[in-house]
Amino acid sequence: MTRPNTFRSGPDERGHFGIYGGRFVAETLMPLILEVEKAYKAAKADPAFEGEIRQHLKQYVGRPNPLYYAERLTEKLGGAKIYFKREELNHTGAHKINNCIGQILLARRMGKTRIIAETGAGQHGVATATVCALFDMPCVIYMGETDIARQQPNVFRMKLLGAEVVPVTSGARTLKDAMNEALRDWVTNVADTYYLIGTAAGPHPYPAMVRDFQSVIGDEVRVQMQELEGRLPDSLVACVGGGSNAIGLFHPFLDDPSVAMIAVEAAGHGIEKGPLEHAASITGGRPGVLHGNRTYLLQDEDGQIIEGHSISAGLDYPGVGPEHAWLNDVGRVEYVSATDQETLDAFQLCARTEGIIPALESAHALAEIVKRAPKLPKDHLMVLCLSGRGDKDIFSVAQHLGVKL
Amino acid sequence: MNHDTGRIAHRFAKLRAEGRAGLVTFITAGDPDLETCRTILDGLPDAGADLIELGLPFSDPMADGPAIQAASLRALNGGMTTRKVLDLVRGFRAKDGATPIILMGYYNPIHAYGVNHFLADAVEAGVDGLIIVDLPPEEDEELCIPALKAGVNFIRLATPTTDDQRLPVVLQNTSGFVYYVSIAGITGTASADNTAVGAAVGRLKRHTDLPVAVGFGIKTPDQAANIARIADAAVVGSAIVTRIADGIDAEGKARPGLAEDVLGFVRELSAGVRKARI
Ligand SMILES: Cc1ncc(COP(=O)(O)O)c(C=O)c1O
Repeated sequence: MTRPNTFRSGPDERGHFGIYGGRFVAETLMPLILEVEKAYKAAKADPAFEGEIRQHLKQYVGRPNPLYYAERLTEKLGGAKIYFKREELNHTGAHKINNCIGQILLARRMGKTRIIAETGAGQHGVATATVCALFDMPCVIYMGETDIARQQPNVFRMKLLGAEVVPVTSGARTLKDAMNEALRDWVTNVADTYYLIGTAAGPHPYPAMVRDFQSVIGDEVRVQMQELEGRLPDSLVACVGGGSNAIGLFHPFLDDPSVAMIAVEAAGHGIEKGPLEHAASITGGRPGVLHGNRTYLLQDEDGQIIEGHSISAGLDYPGVGPEHAWLNDVGRVEYVSATDQETLDAFQLCARTEGIIPALESAHALAEIVKRAPKLPKDHLMVLCLSGRGDKDIFSVAQHLGVKL
Repeated sequence: MNHDTGRIAHRFAKLRAEGRAGLVTFITAGDPDLETCRTILDGLPDAGADLIELGLPFSDPMADGPAIQAASLRALNGGMTTRKVLDLVRGFRAKDGATPIILMGYYNPIHAYGVNHFLADAVEAGVDGLIIVDLPPEEDEELCIPALKAGVNFIRLATPTTDDQRLPVVLQNTSGFVYYVSIAGITGTASADNTAVGAAVGRLKRHTDLPVAVGFGIKTPDQAANIARIADAAVVGSAIVTRIADGIDAEGKARPGLAEDVLGFVRELSAGVRKARI
């Protein structure tokens, strides 16, 4: 494969990143998808839109959040100098809100009056319910029954915020099924409804749009690292479910060849145990078409989608954003994985050494840092995207550790 | 090179000659089990189905309502695969050389099979057309163009959201017939208002000479008859699939008489369609 001059020019007009991406949706939705694309293009060209986003990110979300030197963890691991990008300090406790602010402002510009969304861990659901409360829009969140059971605190949060949470009972009752159900709602309510997708996946223009809204993460890291160390970071590490926090951190650095990027997928019980036991679409899947885009998928020989497994409800999606699929194939980003057990260990290590309880999703990235940092020199600057806080996960972690709450 | 069997065109020409609309029936391949499905499929032409849509089961049928979702799941749980779907068609074709069979489903199982390999096997098995829900004209190079080249009709869905400006794009590479989805929504839920459908069919006819079939939400012989008065064919899916579901026992096994009951319902639908224009 020839190396492109820039890794930041995608997608093309038809939403392709290499062979990935596209617009694989039913005809009923197609006119609407084209309308979203047109509206987003117009908004992007309008400085007032950018200004509105900036203002809300500053006043409401609390950005910029710190790039924090994790000194005790650095000492403990004895290698690379580790920084945390503190997305968990955002209002609602994760990076998801960055995207929600952007998309709800777009929905308003489009004159839409009802918001729907899917959620896995509940973080995107909470962030969506939050912006819907803020902008006074009715909000319906689709969530698999399995996820509702393991993410009770977030379900209650969404309800407090005024959202309707609809339990999804099809398939394995997790994130992919919630997305199917949201798409079914959307085809039925095309006229007034905006689908606020929570990750950098789905039909074009969503992967590019969500990436743009999340790129504030990497943009801030670039400025902050310059202030703190006077140079670029050497490596960036983030977890990947659909890929929004990772692409948000990576994208601004894609054309800086000295910056290495490592994305961590969920290996569940271990990739070698087969596709029912993990949720690593790139490291353990192959290309296919689902939810509007061509990308790496967990699927059987016959093209039926397989329900992955991960300890983290935010990562057990059988696909991944199309830009990641492409970045993997061209070799710009390295895709690795962490098991449930490695994640639980990293989760506890972070809590005890840094006084930060990370989201289980983010703890996957941390597990990779634990493996990698000790082998690196002390002047190697490594940035972890601490995508969310772990309060939502304490019940399931307690269960895994055999503790009764 | 075009190997189009022409079965779809022949069938609509015959219907025109008879001065009536056609009945298009949908069942999911392998539902409720392979043998019962084969009995139903083989009995459909005699029960009055003029064209047959055979659902290619998929784990994530995003445009389908609960009835067809459940049918897909029953078929997959019974071990249905794309290869077995093609075998089913081959078996049917050995007995019936005239009734068109259209495979309806989602792209990923075909993507996984390999587009060219799939088209070759589909042609060989006797498939006449494809309806692939998640392939809009924007993705024509994926399967539509290769299918047309292989002589397989690619039938496109037009919907209430397809406006006059977009309609030519949708019709451009459509062949066989146009499938008008009468509601903005998923299968098996709401039914459309006849006046609105009549207007929509009129609009389509101004843009194309292809026959127009109308589906989504047609549940009874009377509703089928109403559509038969304004379109070239009425498509019934969820109502037939629900009839199949009703014939399954608590263990998920087909009760004796299930196939006969389903075919009896198709006879009623056919009678409705046949009397519509008399
Ligand atoms: C805290 C946190 N991090 C990461 C993710 C994974 O999503 P993405 O890959 O889009 O960043 C989630 C999803 O729910 C999340 O809640």
